[in-house]
Amino acid sequence: MMAEPRLTVAVTGMNAQPENPGPGLAVARCLREAYGPRVRIVGLGYDALDPGLYLGEYCDSAHMLSYPNGGSDAMIERLAGIHAAERIDLLIPCLDAELPQMVGAAPRLAAMGICTFLPDARALARRTKDRLPELCQLAGVACPEIKPITSPAFFRTCRAEGWSYPMVVKGPFYDARIVRSAEEGAAAFHSIVAEWGLPVLAQRFVAGEEYNLSGVADGDGRLLGEVMMKKRALTTKGKAWAGVTIFDEGLADAARRLVKALGWKGPLEVEMMRDAAGRYHLIEINPRFPSWIYLSQGVGRNLPALLAEIALGRPAPALAAPQPGTMFIRYAVETIVPLGDFEKLIMDGTLSRRPEPEGVR
Amino acid sequence: MNDKASVFPDPETVGRLALSDSGFVFDPVSGRSYSVNATGLAVLRLLQKPTGIAEVVEALQARFESDAVTIERDVIEFADVLRGQIK
Repeated sequence: MMAEPRLTVAVTGMNAQPENPGPGLAVARCLREAYGPRVRIVGLGYDALDPGLYLGEYCDSAHMLSYPNGGSDAMIERLAGIHAAERIDLLIPCLDAELPQMVGAAPRLAAMGICTFLPDARALARRTKDRLPELCQLAGVACPEIKPITSPAFFRTCRAEGWSYPMVVKGPFYDARIVRSAEEGAAAFHSIVAEWGLPVLAQRFVAGEEYNLSGVADGDGRLLGEVMMKKRALTTKGKAWAGVTIFDEGLADAARRLVKALGWKGPLEVEMMRDAAGRYHLIEINPRFPSWIYLSQGVGRNLPALLAEIALGRPAPALAAPQPGTMFIRYAVETIVPLGDFEKLIMDGTLSRRPEPEGVR
Repeated sequence: MNDKASVFPDPETVGRLALSDSGFVFDPVSGRSYSVNATGLAVLRLLQKPTGIAEVVEALQARFESDAVTIERDVIEFADVLRGQIK
């Protein structure tokens, strides 16, 4: 009897520190629940302490990647080596900082036989934080003014430029802090520069509540599926510790406009503030699934599985109707790691638990 | 008597609320949840149907032992809170 063909999916972002977890583990969990043993999941990490790499129920094998600042060639060479061992069908990158390289590498990865489903470099660049007002003007979506700054002196002189406190200070990829004075602004500036580099971005503060939408877009301007969420509890870094699904046509409409304006392809997360009048203001677009994406499986709208299907040229699966009122609560849990597993990742850069059986394909 | 349109939140907004017999209330658009007592739940259920404040007061008077003036005052106060919370 012939074995059923299996799908091998490589997923990055297996870091899972409770304060700011990467999305990779949640994506792997969605894929496992959608495909069961029919998917072989290859976890890719940048740190041997990324916990997802050790969770055998979600990652059949794990490999270390070189940091994105090592350059595209190093990354592609490393992925080629992993591909030779794993025969990867689909790669789902889950970290903002690696997306530019992954997008640039997509044609070479495709030539190797590794499929991706990502936006092009232009679309990726058009949703960077400093270009959101320009994008929103095109899409007809409200957006607070954003200003790149290269000196903490801005926080002393900003009132003369029409800025006021509070305002939001952001890093180019991660981090956002609400500051209420020049002193707080300068402190945030130095802290963000130390961690993420320049430029730092100042964004006008929008009073309201934050709402998030994650979706998958087809590259032709259509949002194929979405899940909307309101955070109910936050970590100290402002990440969701608990949340609940919502449904608001206004939020979905704004996301559809943005997807169309960008010609977006692949997963994304849209972060918006809803003001007292119910108007949505775009805060960020993340070019990947969010760490709360397991909620999509929880409401019958498994977006990572949807992505896998369309990336491989299959019809988009039907999604359940939106189900507002489904909650998630995150928790931290320890996993026991044999020292030998840690040693393998440190010394070999690879940890394989379930080798690909002979004759599976 | 006050006109319902000027006192209560938009009927469409109240209509979207999911009401549980326990008094747990969930707004599927904002994601907020609330808890109300039996009187509040009764008011919300009344407001989910097309009805005026006079009918609300009359319905509550038939169910709770209080006079119409007190009920109307309490309903208007509750409506103020609703308008602030549910948008």
